[in-house]
Amino acid sequence: MSLPLTERELPNDAVAKKLVVVGNGMAGVACVEQILRHAPKFNITIFGDETHVNYNRILLSSVLAGEKSPDDIVLNGRDWYEQNNIDLKLGVRIVDVDPMAKTVTGNDGSVTTFDKLLLATGSIPIIPSIEDVMKDGVFVFRNLDDTRSLLERSRPGLKAVVIGGGLLGLEAARGLQVQGCEVTVVHLMDTLMERQLDPVGGSYLATKMNAMGITVLLGLSTTAVLGNGKVERVQFKGGGSIPADLVVVAAGIRPNIELGHKAGLEIKRGIVVNDYMETSHPDIFAVGECVQHNGVCYGLVAPLLEQGKVLAATITGNKGPTYQGTVLASKLKIMGVDVFSAGDFNEKADGGEMVRYEDPSQGIYKKLTLKNGKLAGVILVGDTSDSHRYMEWLRSETDLTSMRRQLLFPEPSADVGLDVAQMQDGETVCGCMGVTKGTIIRAIHDKGVSTLAQLKECTRASSGCGSCTALCQQLLKAVAPEFEEETKRVICKCIPFAEDNLREILRSQQLKSVQEVLEIYGNGVGCEVCKPALSYMLDMLWCGDHEEDRSARFINDRVHANIQKDGTFSVIPRMRGGVTSSAELRRIADVADKYQVPMVKVTGSQRIDLLGIKKADLPKVWADLGMPSGQAYTKGVRMVKTCVGTEFCRFGVQDSTTAGIELERRFENLFTPHKLKMGVVGCPRNCAEATVKDIGLVGQEGSWQVVVGGAAGKKVRKADLLVTVETTEQALEAAGVFFQYYRENANYLERTYDFVERLGIEKVRKDTVYATAGVKRDLLDRLRKSKDHSYDAWLERETLNHPTQFLQIKPMEEAEVLI
Amino acid sequence: MNQATIEETVWIAIARSQDLPLREGRVVVLGDQEIAVFNLGDRVLAVSNHCPHRNGPLADGIVSGATIVCPLHAWKFNLETGQGANALSTEHCIETFPSRLSDGIVFLEAPRQSTTKNEMPAMSG
Repeated sequence: MSLPLTERELPNDAVAKKLVVVGNGMAGVACVEQILRHAPKFNITIFGDETHVNYNRILLSSVLAGEKSPDDIVLNGRDWYEQNNIDLKLGVRIVDVDPMAKTVTGNDGSVTTFDKLLLATGSIPIIPSIEDVMKDGVFVFRNLDDTRSLLERSRPGLKAVVIGGGLLGLEAARGLQVQGCEVTVVHLMDTLMERQLDPVGGSYLATKMNAMGITVLLGLSTTAVLGNGKVERVQFKGGGSIPADLVVVAAGIRPNIELGHKAGLEIKRGIVVNDYMETSHPDIFAVGECVQHNGVCYGLVAPLLEQGKVLAATITGNKGPTYQGTVLASKLKIMGVDVFSAGDFNEKADGGEMVRYEDPSQGIYKKLTLKNGKLAGVILVGDTSDSHRYMEWLRSETDLTSMRRQLLFPEPSADVGLDVAQMQDGETVCGCMGVTKGTIIRAIHDKGVSTLAQLKECTRASSGCGSCTALCQQLLKAVAPEFEEETKRVICKCIPFAEDNLREILRSQQLKSVQEVLEIYGNGVGCEVCKPALSYMLDMLWCGDHEEDRSARFINDRVHANIQKDGTFSVIPRMRGGVTSSAELRRIADVADKYQVPMVKVTGSQRIDLLGIKKADLPKVWADLGMPSGQAYTKGVRMVKTCVGTEFCRFGVQDSTTAGIELERRFENLFTPHKLKMGVVGCPRNCAEATVKDIGLVGQEGSWQVVVGGAAGKKVRKADLLVTVETTEQALEAAGVFFQYYRENANYLERTYDFVERLGIEKVRKDTVYATAGVKRDLLDRLRKSKDHSYDAWLERETLNHPTQFLQIKPMEEAEVLI
Repeated sequence: MNQATIEETVWIAIARSQDLPLREGRVVVLGDQEIAVFNLGDRVLAVSNHCPHRNGPLADGIVSGATIVCPLHAWKFNLETGQGANALSTEHCIETFPSRLSDGIVFLEAPRQSTTKNEMPAMSG
């Protein structure tokens, strides 16, 4: 058998020593990554009792919340193990260590020898002494398998109880809620996250959780899980109980020290290590959550990485760097609930001072504790945008005496690059992965990094919780010459997210009402810009199956008519393809007389406009017209303009009126990011101007051209050719695929001509007509679902949205008032 | 003298709160006044229905917290003070009307008219 490459490359013919790593989690693998940077090389074997490659455990809650898939959180794929000649043994639990013989024994009976042993066994969940706690339906939330079990078990309507109101418990609660469960968090203490928050901060957090629809019960000790065979109720001290279909125990973790014991290591709460990360045995090392350094056991990511670097030096014989402990910082990873805590927030310590800011209506609470003029601790709830500044003050023990007036509110800098420029090279940008500004700049210079994705791959920065993404982008912008900032505008300052980002949030977080979105992700108030945009998004995302809130709609969409300069309305009935009849024309004429309509106007869209109608008359006018709404007042499907085509025209080569009427029927009553006008012409003479419409069908001998992105408004733009097809049905289908693609991907108030230009017609083609059959089918399925939920808005004349929808309020009659 | 004094105003019951959908406006006419009334959930606010810019119907606007946005040209006014609330409207002010919500009934205080009914005596609290 030939030796592995690494051994042959070794200097002075020494046989590589065997390093066995027990634990395939973040700490163990991060340490191995560091070890690989040192010489001499080891023959490395990693045992993992899970069956997965190394993944980012702190993002499990994002998997539960549907924001990420299990594949998204993989940190080291199998190829990484292979490239580094690491023998990976998954699904094997090491059950014994013999420090004298230097062997480890697996639960599969295998015995493996080592020269150096690294214990990275992490921690295990604390299961409180609750009667019948192992009943079916009770889960812990610690690894990917737990997460998968929870995802399988949870479903809409289930009552879920989370025991434990710490970081993990709250993240689990939100994840379960997103899966549709009705969630209650039961916490033993009187304050949520009491290890990270003071009582005031905890109450701000509880308010936010309640606003999200999660019930929080504090100061309750759970005594039993009740139920016949499987969980049915959870009982508390004192006898009270609540129903539960599913229970998650998230009552904390403790170091997993079993193997440390078996190896005869010195152990207190965790495996004791010194500043060089050495245990009491010269060839056995430990790293991560299972160790105790200077009296502290860490349960967060940043310390594990710092420890790993030190240990890598020590274990490879490059002993020198020391581990000095880590400033504890934690961040709650629930979208829309910003909580950050670091250091010691207890102001009652000797010489402690406190600076606080509170705004209950905005849900913002900030508290700094200072000691001897330096920052000792920080709590941020509701606004964590300054967390990196405070972390740096903590790490560098900055003297804040001269900054006392700007502790909570730094003076806004006019120079947007200043924030980054002010940071020192040693300052940490990514707390999860321990990446400094200097490291990022070196990566940009030395490795030619110019995108965020490359930066993640190269340095791991922003691949943890993601909260430093903005900072990383600023750095890229400042340093990388080729960096192109993704130009994504946010909707407005009420809800500062880019729209594609927001669509993803609403989808993954299952939000269905505008007010809910504003309360969780925005300022709770909204404005005339974001409310209609959010209304559109929710309608589109849930294919019409959302909670419609008319207060978030412009007046036109409350009364289904176009408001005019004098407060009256214009009424344009649908006249598909511009084709009408004598009966319709008579009714229109009668309405014009009956309501003394000041102006009757033929529009540019082959329809008839009745102008000057009073709001209160709208339902009666619609009833008398007996025609459906033409949607001329909304950001939605307007009309299809047609020529007479083969029916009458001596040049026509396609039946444009029939095709146009069918096109209008298929899309009518649907909403779009901006108004959408269509045209169908029966020959290339283009009499109905299809090539300057959002969607146009241009008939040719034996085929149709489907064109998109045309305009003849403020801007004039000839539509781009999307595709040429043989049959009318194929043309209608291509139009449908593009129509839904535009609905799902354009920003609100972005016309097709801007949308197509922004993306480029090649990309549009690739994503629509050239997409796989599955992608096209999905687009058309969602279009069909939306269509099924849509209706002629003028039918609200009979089924009012609200009793006073079209009416003025009349002061009440005396008899109705009880004073 | 045609300036109203306090004795000349009266509380008028105008609607049950459920007649006013949450965060939407409705118009009520009291005498020669066209008033826009807004249900903000915990309270009801009332202002003149006429935007000083081009007479836009404020009751048809979108509510943003305690601010109303005119549907015609997006002038904004604070519903509590009547003050213009964006760059367009900052020099302007609209009339506000005291309002109260009591047992689910919305009352407005308006100048006494010979035709008004439902006076509410001695409001307290």
